[in-house]
Amino acid sequence: MANRVAIVGIGQTYHKSRRPDVSQPEMANEAVRAALADAQLSMKDIESVFFSNMETFEGIYLPDHGMADEAGSFMKPGFKIASGGTSGIAAAKEAFHFVASGLFSIALVLGFEKHDAGDTTAAITAATTLAWGKGQARGAIGEFAKQASNYMKQSGATEEHAAMVRLKADRCACRNPYAHLRLGLKSVEEILKSGYLEWPLRLLDFCPQSCGACALIIASEEEARRITNKPVWIADVVAVHQEPFRAGAFCDLDGREPYSQDVASTKLYKRNGITNPRRDIDMAEIYEPSNWEEMFLCEVFHFCEENEGWKLIEKGITEIEGEFPVNPSGGVLATNPIGATPTIRVAECALQIRGDAGEHQVTRDVKTAVATALGGPNWTAMVLLRRSL
Amino acid sequence: MADKLEELESLVFAGKVDIPNTYSAGLVGSRFLIELRDNKKITGIKCPTCNRVYVPPRSTCKYCFGKLSEWVEVSNKGTLLTYAVAYQPSPVQPVEVPIAYGIVQLDGADTGLAHMLGEVDPEQLKVGMKVKAVFKVKKERVASILDIKYFKPLG
Repeated sequence: MANRVAIVGIGQTYHKSRRPDVSQPEMANEAVRAALADAQLSMKDIESVFFSNMETFEGIYLPDHGMADEAGSFMKPGFKIASGGTSGIAAAKEAFHFVASGLFSIALVLGFEKHDAGDTTAAITAATTLAWGKGQARGAIGEFAKQASNYMKQSGATEEHAAMVRLKADRCACRNPYAHLRLGLKSVEEILKSGYLEWPLRLLDFCPQSCGACALIIASEEEARRITNKPVWIADVVAVHQEPFRAGAFCDLDGREPYSQDVASTKLYKRNGITNPRRDIDMAEIYEPSNWEEMFLCEVFHFCEENEGWKLIEKGITEIEGEFPVNPSGGVLATNPIGATPTIRVAECALQIRGDAGEHQVTRDVKTAVATALGGPNWTAMVLLRRSL
Repeated sequence: MADKLEELESLVFAGKVDIPNTYSAGLVGSRFLIELRDNKKITGIKCPTCNRVYVPPRSTCKYCFGKLSEWVEVSNKGTLLTYAVAYQPSPVQPVEVPIAYGIVQLDGADTGLAHMLGEVDPEQLKVGMKVKAVFKVKKERVASILDIKYFKPLG
């Protein structure tokens, strides 16, 4: 039986397109110090550090080795995970495993990405090989454009629905001081004027590239109760992988192959007695690289019926004040430092459970929340958080 | 069709991954490099808690995790802690072979600085010998660690 584990410290940097004022280690350090301050701990309390970063994005080999001082991993164990968009939850998941096993009592999770340093799209394109997928690889934009056109055809969602998702994201981001894009958008029409990156994906349909970092401090039950009176319990973690990249396609768009999100969430809900996710869970922070993807993900995570993801946004269900808020932080559409992006999903859910999300605290009382990550060839990682176990 | 690779052509595709990148030196790194360029001064940063001087400077002390801000100037002279000599040329090396390089602990610093060694016959190098920084001329200094041309034996 695994030991109980809680999040006891949360810290993130503000996010921008460019951070020439700091080095990569200095930027990561800002999040580490914020998390330590939140937990009222010092670095000597931390036993191990789990990193999340994609080294080809910044072009720095072994960045975790180059920041042992600033990350606080000097003379401590730990390791880095680089699994694309799931990385920042995968690192949290590993920290959870180690603390649940009793090997460590207090561990730090550190997700970071300094997107001003490299060419992420070039790096992502290198995921296809010279034999397979060549000529079809256009980084994330190409993949999510395919997803968008397929979703439009299959579900009946319109470009107006996609624009409504951005409008929600932007309203939320404007209430989150850490969010990157806070555009102050006023109308769907304004969003429909933005140009196509690749049809039907518009500039304002897609996530930015951000510089930023996010740190979580994870502790055993005994330590958690000593450190804070607001521990956020990690009820469960799950990850599901698939491999459709070889053909150069992000996934089997016609749904003949199971979606990793469906498999992961079904497993997670079953293990935790969740029979009606929208009733049994209070809110979600999901990794939605595009407006279109958010609508689709709501379906495959079973927040609604198939082909009805667009109805959630139409009815205001996923708004901050809604029945089932999705990405009240502004989400990935507003802020996307890839190695940190999933870590931020967990951090934001934990803040909502604590009631510490400030201006973007959702209206309903959050006792249970789910954070999800999407990475590379449609991998899925999920974390279920609860106020009490 | 053959089902053993030896009986077929082995298809191998050629490619080249070329990804541009940049690196922000950050606050303490920038200040250190600008001092080299503008004043030919080698600076370090001191942790008052652990009484250690880091050269090049770091913003966080690895021992106590303290945030560091106390700047000190260290000597341009120091002690050679170790060295090696490379005889094989490589396109990433900034100078012609043979390249002598080593780790120098500058007087006033608690850490070693990796750099090249010059104006010396590699045979004459010895661990523990005193060395001194030789700077490039002003118009060649660009706020780079290579604004120090190399370290040469003292006297």
